[in-house]
Amino acid sequence: MLSRTADHLYWLARYTERAENLARLLDVSYQMSLVPQSLAAQNENWRAILALNSLESAFAATHSGVNVDNVLRFMVADATNPSSIYSCLRAARENAHAVRGTLTAEMWESINATWIELRQQTFEQILARGISEFFDWVKLRSAVTRGVTFGTMLKDDALHFIRLGGLLERGDNTARILDMQYHILRQSDDEGASDFYRWGALLRSLSAFQVYRKVYRDAITPARVAELLILRMDLPRSLHACADGIVRMLQLIANDASAETQRQAGVLHARLHFARIDDVLAGGLHEYLTDFMDRIYELGDGISRDFLIAA
Amino acid sequence: MAVSLMSTAFYNEMYDSDAGLRPHYRAFAEWLAGMPADRLERKRAEADTAFHRVGITFAVYGEEAGTERLIPFDIIPRIIPAAEWTQLEAGLRQRVQALNAFLHDIYHEQAILKAGCIPSEQVLNNAQFRREMIGVDVPSGIYAHIAGVDIVRAGAGESYVLEDNLRVPSGVSYMIEDRKMMMRLFPELFSRHLIAPVQHYPDLLLDNLRTVAPGVANPTVVLLTPGAYNSAYFEHTFLAQQMGIELVEGRDLFVRDETVFMRTTQGPQRVDVIYRRLDDDFLDPLAFNKDSMLGVPGLLSAYRAGHVTLANAIGTGVADDKSVYPYVPEMIRFYLGEEPKLNNVPTWMLRKPEDLRYVLAHLSELVVKEVHGAGGYGMLVGPASSRAEIEEFRARIIAAPEKYIAQPTLALSNCPTFVDSGIAPRHLDLRPFVLSGKRGVGMVPGGLTRVALRAGSLVVNSSQGGGTKDTWVLEN
Repeated sequence: MLSRTADHLYWLARYTERAENLARLLDVSYQMSLVPQSLAAQNENWRAILALNSLESAFAATHSGVNVDNVLRFMVADATNPSSIYSCLRAARENAHAVRGTLTAEMWESINATWIELRQQTFEQILARGISEFFDWVKLRSAVTRGVTFGTMLKDDALHFIRLGGLLERGDNTARILDMQYHILRQSDDEGASDFYRWGALLRSLSAFQVYRKVYRDAITPARVAELLILRMDLPRSLHACADGIVRMLQLIANDASAETQRQAGVLHARLHFARIDDVLAGGLHEYLTDFMDRIYELGDGISRDFLIAA
Repeated sequence: MAVSLMSTAFYNEMYDSDAGLRPHYRAFAEWLAGMPADRLERKRAEADTAFHRVGITFAVYGEEAGTERLIPFDIIPRIIPAAEWTQLEAGLRQRVQALNAFLHDIYHEQAILKAGCIPSEQVLNNAQFRREMIGVDVPSGIYAHIAGVDIVRAGAGESYVLEDNLRVPSGVSYMIEDRKMMMRLFPELFSRHLIAPVQHYPDLLLDNLRTVAPGVANPTVVLLTPGAYNSAYFEHTFLAQQMGIELVEGRDLFVRDETVFMRTTQGPQRVDVIYRRLDDDFLDPLAFNKDSMLGVPGLLSAYRAGHVTLANAIGTGVADDKSVYPYVPEMIRFYLGEEPKLNNVPTWMLRKPEDLRYVLAHLSELVVKEVHGAGGYGMLVGPASSRAEIEEFRARIIAAPEKYIAQPTLALSNCPTFVDSGIAPRHLDLRPFVLSGKRGVGMVPGGLTRVALRAGSLVVNSSQGGGTKDTWVLEN
C-alpha cells in the first residue's frame, strides 16, 4: 500500500484513540473533582492534566487561572489547542478525508458524522447537557468507528496500520492516565472511603471496574490496579495487551527495513509478559511507566521511518 | 401534488408545446401526482442529509480555503427515450472517434492541416498544442480516453454539442451517486420504469484503462489527483475506490530509469497506467510548469519512452479548445468520410474581422466565451447582462479579440425542477462520458444532467450554483 496512505490511516487511528482516551481522562478527573476536597487540591489535579500534555504555557497564554471550567474548555473545545478533543477529532477526520477511498463507506461516514456532530455544538451547550454526557458521546463515537472498522474493513495492510496506530496510542494513553492518577492517589493521606471512589473512578475511566471485580473478587488495592492495567494480557486496554497487539501487527506488515523496529517491539512485549507487579512497584511505578512511554515513542519513530516515509 | 403548467417559450423535456405530457414522462408524472407534498419534502431533506454524511461535496475556488459545498440534487429525473439516446450515442461515438483521429494526426502527419481543412496556425500556434508530443506514439493511438461531451437541446428540441471536454472532465461520480440516491429514495420508480443502469461505469473505465497499458500482462493502474483541496477530490477518491486502484499524489510517485514507481510500505512498485486528474501544465516540473509541486519530475521522459500510459494523453487540450471547436464537423468528414450526426453550435471567431464586427454590434444577444476558459468563468451571457457589464466585456474583447468566440444564446431546454417556490422549469444540459480504448468507443447510457437552479439562468456549472438530476435512459 502507498506509504502516504499508510501514514494517514495510522494517524487517523491514533487521533481517534487519543480523543477517546482524553475523554476518559477528563471524565475521571471530573468525577474525582466531585469527591470532597480542598479547592487547591482540586486545581492541582487540573494542573496535572495540563502538565501531562505539556500544555502549561499554551494554556497560560490564553487563560488566567487553572480551574475546572477553564481546563475543560481548553481541553474539550479549544480549536487552537492541538491536543483538545476538538483538534483530535478534526485531525482524525482530515486524515480520513485524505484517504477516504481506502476506507469503507461506513467507516468514512462514521468519522465524518462524528466531526459534523461535534461542530454543531458549542461548549456552552455541552456544559448545559452535562459534560459527562459529552465524554460518553466521544467514547461512543469512537466505539462506533472502531466497530465499523472491524466490521467492514478487509483484513489487509490498511486495517493493520489502523490497528497499529490505535494500539500504540492506547498503550501510551493508558500509561499516562495511570501515571497521573497513581501519583495523585498515592499523595493523598486519606485512606478512607474517598480512596475507594477514586480508585473506582480510575478503573471505570479505563472500562476496567467490572473486570477488576471479576478478576480479583476483592477490595481495590493500588498494587492490583497497577497489575490489572499493566500486566493483565486479557484486559484490552492494558499495556501488555497493547504491546502484544503491536508485535502481531508489525509481523503482518514487516518489510525489508523493519527488523530493528520489530526487535524493539519484541523486547517491550517480553518485559511486560515476564514481569511481576512487585518488581515493577519496587523499581518505582512512575519510572516504569516513563520508560514504557519512551519505548512507545521510539517505536513510533521506527514505524514512521520503516513504513510511512518510504524512499 | 399539483404541477403548474410550464413555460412554452423553451423546449420542455417533460411537456410538449400543447402542455401535454410527453409519453416518456407519463408514468413518472402519475407517480408524482400521487405523492403527498410533505413526503416529497421529507425525501428531499433525507437526500441532503445523506449527501452531507457521505461527504459528496466539491470545493469552491475563490471562497475561503477548504470550503466544501453540496451540489444540489434535484429529485425530478431527466428522462431520455431509448430511440433518442440511440441517436445521441451514435453521434458521440462518431465525434470522439474523429477527435482522437485528429489528435493523432496533428502530432504525426498533420494531413488535415496540409489538406487545408483547418488553418495551420489555429493548431500549431495554439497554447494547448504540445510540441513534446510530436512523433510520440501512444497505445492504440488513443489520446482522449475519457471525453465529457456537453450536449444541450434548444429551439424545437434539436441537440447541439456545446463543448468537447478532452482534458480532465469531471462529474461522473455525481451521475452514479444521483442514481444511487434515487434508488434509495424512490425504489418504487425503478419497478415502474425500465431504466438503463449506469453504476458499472467504473468497471468500464478500468477495463478501458487496462487495454491501453504499455504492453504488460497485468498492468498497475493508478489515479493521480492534485490532492484533497482540488474541487473534484471527492470524485477522485470515489473512482479510485470503485475501481480498486491506488489514489496517488505526485509525491507518491517517482521516476527511475524512465520508469514510474510508487512509494509503498513494501518498497517501490511499478506503475503502468496513470489516470491523471491533473492538467498538463502540472504533470512534470522538469518539462512544464517548473513551480508545480503536484507533478512527478521525469514523468514526461517515462511517457515519451512508452513505459507508462497517461489517460488522457498530454496535449488533448488543442482538440477541445474553443477556437478549434468550429472545425470538428470538418474533422468528422475528413477522417471518417461521414456527415456529422450531432450539431455544432454556430460560432463566430472574433479573430476574423467580419465576425468581430458582427458580434460587437450584437453583444446583447450573444454568448461570448474565452477561448481557453472553462467552468463558466470569464463568459458573457448577453441577454442576462447589464449595459455596464456588456460595455466592460466589449473593452476586453477589443483589447484581444483572438481570445474570444461568440455563439447565439441558445434557448436551452428546461425541465421541471424543485425550487424554493415549488416546482418550476429550469434549464439543463447533459454530459455523457465517452470512453475510448483498444476495443473501441463505449459509454454508459445517459450521463450527468446539470441544471441551472436560478430562474432564467443558462449557466449550469456547479461552480456557478448549478445542480444535478438523475438521468434516465429508458429501455424499450
